[in-house]
Amino acid sequence: MGVQMTTTPASKTPAANRAPSGARLADRGFRWLCLAGALVVGVLLLLVIWQLLRGARLSMDRFGWGFFIGKTWDPVSEEFGALPFIFGTVVSSIVALLIAVPLSVGTAIYLTDLAPPRLRQPLSSLIEMLAAVPSVVWGLWGFFILVPILRATLYPVLQKCLGFLPFFQGPIYGIGLLTAGIILAIMILPIVTSISREVLRSVPNLQREAAYALGATRWEVTRIAVLSYARRGLFGAAALGLGRALGETMAVMMVIGNTPYIGLSLFHPASTLASGVANEFTEATGDLQLSALFELGLVLLGVTILVNILAQVMVRAFTTAETRRVA
Amino acid sequence: MTVSSKNHAYRKFKSLAMNVVCIACALLVILPLALILFYLIQKGASSLNWAFFTGLPKSAGSTGGGMGNAIVGTLELLLLASIIGVPVGVLGGVYLAEYGGERLNGWIRFWADVLNGVPSIVWGMVAWALIVVPMAAPFRGTIKSVNAAESSITVQSSAGDTQDFTVDSKTRLKFKGATQLSSLPVGADVVVWFERKGDGSTVTDSVSETGLWNLFTAKIIKLHNAFSGFSALAGGLALGFIMIPLVLRTTEEVLVLVPRSYREAALALGLAQWKTIVRIVLPTALRGIITGVLLAMGRVAGETAPLLFTAFGNSNWNHHLSEPIAALPLQIFSYAIAPYDDWNRQAWAGALVLVALTFLLSAGVRFFSRGRFQKNT
Repeated sequence: MGVQMTTTPASKTPAANRAPSGARLADRGFRWLCLAGALVVGVLLLLVIWQLLRGARLSMDRFGWGFFIGKTWDPVSEEFGALPFIFGTVVSSIVALLIAVPLSVGTAIYLTDLAPPRLRQPLSSLIEMLAAVPSVVWGLWGFFILVPILRATLYPVLQKCLGFLPFFQGPIYGIGLLTAGIILAIMILPIVTSISREVLRSVPNLQREAAYALGATRWEVTRIAVLSYARRGLFGAAALGLGRALGETMAVMMVIGNTPYIGLSLFHPASTLASGVANEFTEATGDLQLSALFELGLVLLGVTILVNILAQVMVRAFTTAETRRVA
Repeated sequence: MTVSSKNHAYRKFKSLAMNVVCIACALLVILPLALILFYLIQKGASSLNWAFFTGLPKSAGSTGGGMGNAIVGTLELLLLASIIGVPVGVLGGVYLAEYGGERLNGWIRFWADVLNGVPSIVWGMVAWALIVVPMAAPFRGTIKSVNAAESSITVQSSAGDTQDFTVDSKTRLKFKGATQLSSLPVGADVVVWFERKGDGSTVTDSVSETGLWNLFTAKIIKLHNAFSGFSALAGGLALGFIMIPLVLRTTEEVLVLVPRSYREAALALGLAQWKTIVRIVLPTALRGIITGVLLAMGRVAGETAPLLFTAFGNSNWNHHLSEPIAALPLQIFSYAIAPYDDWNRQAWAGALVLVALTFLLSAGVRFFSRGRFQKNT
């Protein structure tokens, strides 16, 4: 794969030896220039990590590991703990996954196996358009349209039917963890759908044909031959969606209520790592608060990088293994 | 297998039911798009007029005005981000496709993919620490006079220009022995940290003795007093950082699709390798590269989080790199959360314009990706 014209350096080929040394210099210069461009990504990665570490230094010295389990976030008494933000991030992302993954996988199944061929392209184009809507626009829509609707319709019904569960107890504000999860779900639908579709597509047709030959119905083919076969790849798709959801800032900030919260009620306002940073950064009143915000950013960076790497390993291991097998 | 153990009619019914469920899923996924487009047009379209595209924001509470500066600001930021992100990304992509051993290339691809997953708010923090803080450069010089009556000091820099700084109770004095304004020694070398307010006035944060150690610690510790350094440059840099790995990966992908025979023909004719790349390979893949650039621009055009504490927003026109600049996403955000109906109305109009811009960019992507060497996906 790739084009490997340069496994032997250009300067050693006869043509280059005959060329004037100026041309050889230009050749080498261009190569170095390109290498510099490529190495920028490595430098950037180090830069991100280093800047966040540097910014978080003060808070790390002061709170140590206790920062991760500290439950209070109080700028007045300069007491900072990350737990409420970690809690908000994890819960809103889980809610988002619970909503988005089934919908996305269902859509991906429809797009790969069920939809009439001439519908497939327009439908995936529409889903791509969904991905082009900026975060702040989802926030605007969520804040003015979705929140009042949910507050008036879905949430009272949920409380009535499932109120015996602690998740659906407590006062309904409209903004809060569940709303943030729903907005996040909408925002990660396109990526989870398109990756799931790629994964389902790389399931060999032989697999489907074999199931059909055994007399399976359409759904049985999907369930037995496709879904269980592609399970690992679909986990990867979900994990990529999770990576997106963890770092999403604006839309979440506009509908979550921005109150550090740890508790069981999904109706309660809360705060996430990303929304906490965005909300308080310019208004930070002291060096320590700013440094604590940097440490929140550091936690966010670490978690998203980890999730993304895992997701990519899962998706890539699946799709390349399948394409290799088919080829 | 369990397949044959169940009643045939039941199995057929179940299959049909699951088909319906999948169709319902697809409809539910499309539903938010329909809803958001409907509300954007319903609430935003009526506010789009000449004044909206050309005017400046009015002060809080009064009606009218527009987002002209924010629209232009967003375009300027996009241009700036492209100037930073595109050359680096394209060169890196060329390296991956044309040069480099498998191992190094594998690492670079991995790093680029990791960078693609970095949350955009983190880029804002990095650009803030990189640009906003240092740009709030301290004023260095000697104290020329101390005006106790006006509680201010006049400092003359080595270049000869003087500036007055108000020194109040919030100003930190870092002098041996000097704890208040009147005891500041005239003629001493000092570093003054200050922030410049939006109206041009300054607030002095600290006055300290010069000395290598002081300068060093001041730079490290005093991160947060740098709010004068918000600038278009910082915003553009944050967006440019986001673009680099995206452009790099797409460039590599399209360059690999250029047939190998093109390169061999050019090299066989005696063209140097770099000329082969610049004259033959890159032009052949141009459409694909433009696609990648537009894709990256579409990704950053709507970004708000990295601009919150870099570009910062501005209620006026600005074409200076070193000053805060308005951006459409920022303006939408601040108008959306404001308690004024007229601002909320304009937030919808701004959102409609922003979505139109991102859709335009993705339409451009579609147009250019219909090239010869498109991968069959």
